[in-house]
Amino acid sequence: MSRTPLDTVEHATATPDVELPWAELGLKKDEYERVVEILGRRPTGAELAMYSVMWSEHCSYKSSKVHLRQFGEKAPESEAMLVGIGENAGVVDVGQGYAVTFKVESHNHPSYVEPYQGAATGVGGIVRDIIAMGARPVAVVDPLRFGAADHPDTKRVLPGVVAGIGGYGNCLGLPNIGGEVVFDACYQGNPLVNAGAIGVMRHEDIHLAKASGAGNKVILYGARTGGDGIGGASILASETFDDAKPSKRPAVQVGDPFQEKLLIECTLEAFKEKLVVGIQDLGAAGLSCATSELASNGSGGMRVTLDDVPLRDSTLSPEEILMSESQERMCAVVEPEKVDRFLEICEKWDVIATVIGEVTDGDRLEIFWHGGKIVDVDPRTVAHDGPVYERPYARPDWQDALQADDANKLPRPGTSDELKDQVLKLVGSPNQASKQWITQQYDHFVQGNTVLAQPEDSGMIRVDEESGLGVAIATDGNGRYAKLDPYTGAQLALAEAYRNVATTGAKPLAVSDCLNFGSPEDPAVMWQFAEAVRGLADGCLQLGTPVTGGNVSLYNQTGEAAIHPTPVVAVLGVIDDVARRTPVAFQEDGQLLYLLGDTREEFGGSAWSQVIHDHLGGLPPKVDLERERLLGEILISASRDGMIDSAHDLSDGGLVQAVVESALLGGKGARLVVPDGLDAFTFLFSESAGRAVVAVPRSEEVRFNDMCGARGLPVTRIGVVDGDAVEVQGEFTLPLTDLREAHEGTIPGLLA
Amino acid sequence: MTARIGVVTFPGSLDDRDTQRAIRVAGAEPVALWHKDKDLKQVDAVVLCGGFSYGDYLRAGAIARFSPVMDTVIDQAKAGLPVLGICNGFQILTEAHLLPGGMLGNDHLHFICRDQKLRVENADTAWTSDYTAGQEIHIPLKNMDGRYVADRRTLDELEAEGRVAFRYLDMNPNGSLNDIAGITNAAGNVVGLMPHPEHAVESLIGTGRTDGLPFFTSILKKLVNA
Repeated sequence: MSRTPLDTVEHATATPDVELPWAELGLKKDEYERVVEILGRRPTGAELAMYSVMWSEHCSYKSSKVHLRQFGEKAPESEAMLVGIGENAGVVDVGQGYAVTFKVESHNHPSYVEPYQGAATGVGGIVRDIIAMGARPVAVVDPLRFGAADHPDTKRVLPGVVAGIGGYGNCLGLPNIGGEVVFDACYQGNPLVNAGAIGVMRHEDIHLAKASGAGNKVILYGARTGGDGIGGASILASETFDDAKPSKRPAVQVGDPFQEKLLIECTLEAFKEKLVVGIQDLGAAGLSCATSELASNGSGGMRVTLDDVPLRDSTLSPEEILMSESQERMCAVVEPEKVDRFLEICEKWDVIATVIGEVTDGDRLEIFWHGGKIVDVDPRTVAHDGPVYERPYARPDWQDALQADDANKLPRPGTSDELKDQVLKLVGSPNQASKQWITQQYDHFVQGNTVLAQPEDSGMIRVDEESGLGVAIATDGNGRYAKLDPYTGAQLALAEAYRNVATTGAKPLAVSDCLNFGSPEDPAVMWQFAEAVRGLADGCLQLGTPVTGGNVSLYNQTGEAAIHPTPVVAVLGVIDDVARRTPVAFQEDGQLLYLLGDTREEFGGSAWSQVIHDHLGGLPPKVDLERERLLGEILISASRDGMIDSAHDLSDGGLVQAVVESALLGGKGARLVVPDGLDAFTFLFSESAGRAVVAVPRSEEVRFNDMCGARGLPVTRIGVVDGDAVEVQGEFTLPLTDLREAHEGTIPGLLA
Repeated sequence: MTARIGVVTFPGSLDDRDTQRAIRVAGAEPVALWHKDKDLKQVDAVVLCGGFSYGDYLRAGAIARFSPVMDTVIDQAKAGLPVLGICNGFQILTEAHLLPGGMLGNDHLHFICRDQKLRVENADTAWTSDYTAGQEIHIPLKNMDGRYVADRRTLDELEAEGRVAFRYLDMNPNGSLNDIAGITNAAGNVVGLMPHPEHAVESLIGTGRTDGLPFFTSILKKLVNA
């Protein structure tokens, strides 16, 4: 972009024929023409920069918007919802005057290009979203997906991503309490690095991203603005990877968790003194996003002097300043008489803070540079009136063949020895193996409120020390199921996260999602997306858990090959007293093991079909959300009334996976009996949804059975906690030491 | 009466509120101290808590050691004020030369967070008198730079004088020399360790053990009985 002479609004009007690099900035021709139409003239270079980042797929949701509307249209009635979709993060009432905000976001593309910084700044970004709502961040979770575990590039990407998440989150003092690690060749060139965070506040502390009150000052505070991350949203996250193009590493931001920690403390102190009218974090699209969103959500306009932005690099052009995605920055709107106090608090925390503009009476966003007006736009046209695409979508022609390739017809183990071998193979396979090597690089203990952390079914944080009020979160997704049937796959992800929260004793309240898909320009991918959103919206309506916000990541595709459709669903729950939580680990010998729910021959997309046969085909397990709700109610009641001492949800890997995990965590074995009507193979490996295994103290046996009977939940006694082996009567006995070696040795063996 | 125990917050401190809670759980009164403030508010003892003061930039603890508050802490520690350094606090104490040796990056080069088994080697310090020598305890460990090193003469001196306060058991999580997890000064008023006793004071939280509580009851008893 030419900087001589300065491309002011006046200059742009006078030179209508100047060619601007709209295509290089990621805009399509018709999008550029629309900008010209809105402005009634050609945009200035600075205006073009703003429109190009804000109208990118990443920021504008232009391909997904028409589908995402369903989350609002089908939202269930929920008294818990305090702030819904559209703000930095949704806010949910958890009782006793507390509100919780939570959200999951993607940082997929940068994490492939530069694993450490990409993952680190993913944590930084989601945490700033939480602070911007007025909350103190209390925990993070990280759903991760990588290529094949034994692929050489996985050894580059995974350790970098894990170190980045740890390096940033640990330094912020946020316990990492959950998430997932999944390996599949489909993610080889497109790892999924999703990051979730939870924050807690009092109801009266909720803050919103809007600039109102003419004369109020706009304060930019935090790190100086540098040249990093320019085009991160528009160029990096909104296109597919292609070997022919130059390196995109410069488009990845660089994080400084120490600066972010100061930003958290200083922001919370300013909130406490009620100094802030509106607030917005600077993430994707940087100042372009913060100024246009604050202005368009408020009542007036905004005038900004770009010369006042503190810079790391004095040679940056105004366009670059507007597009920079330098991390650890926030923008606050503060009444004039409170500005001094706000700046004082920033100084206390050694945070640079600068008044860069003010809220005006009008409805224009005006930005000045060296005395010239370089931006004069209606902020809504930048922030909200981006293009909306009705992308064509069509069920792929290969879907029928995929579903016809029935996994139930795969050869099954013929002997007890074969069955035993397959159990060992399963629990030692990369996806089913212990992820301790990864999770022990994250701090679980900081803040001193962690009740449960991975590998528990959900992470749980104490909110109130006196009452014991707590919140739980689980994230789940299964790209294999979603590939077989995106509608059902999305509902299975929801069902599993819901079940995981209930299994620990918490009542599911609300949902956030991170929707990871391939290129929206491929009708087959768009169909997967449309189906998944429809499934999730229908499921949330049925379960009564509204979607409070989330994130869409498209273009997770290398060349023609898209990732499995991967909707990741986070469910937030509340528990009245964390002392009543239920852990996964077996607690005491002699306790009775019960299987809750129905087991059918369902192997499509199963871990067994992947590990033993390297197969993906057929249909995923059936979903019955009413059953999930009933199961959840039983698990929560049983926790509250002390009827169960441990519980584990059944999902990928089936019953045997769950029992082995509970046994290894508790250091206690189990003797299992195959129930009447089931064969050992189906009993152990089926992935039917809506199931859990619970350990019931003998004194509670009658009461527990009566409760399940009265409410119509199928319950089957399958064995007892005992010994130092997992024994399936009449089939095999596997000592815990062998199981531990298989389960815990795999990941260090591949990665350490 | 109870004892007033100060907890210093540096920029980047993370476990300050947790440490205050642990002090409260033990029955003492926590007092927040600020790194820019030389005034220790007449506390009876000071804890330098865990975290990444100044982002661990330059070297863990190297910058915090020059904070105004540390001038007073160093002077008073030399005069007998009980001081406990946990993790980053331990690193600051070595940087301030209140304890010998120093910490390097973990030998495996990863951050590590685990429930760590320790043996109490010295139960005669201001912070360990509620343990018995030889007692085996579990305390959460979480750090990047936890590998304790010192020259041979210092190590021999620490061992000969019984100043190794805690030793890692079962596995050495970071390559520390002599499996050292924590040490004390000769007077027994200054103790530093890498594991986090403040994360092991409530049966419901973290690992579910309360093996860290005696740190805080030890000092409370000492101060109240003084």
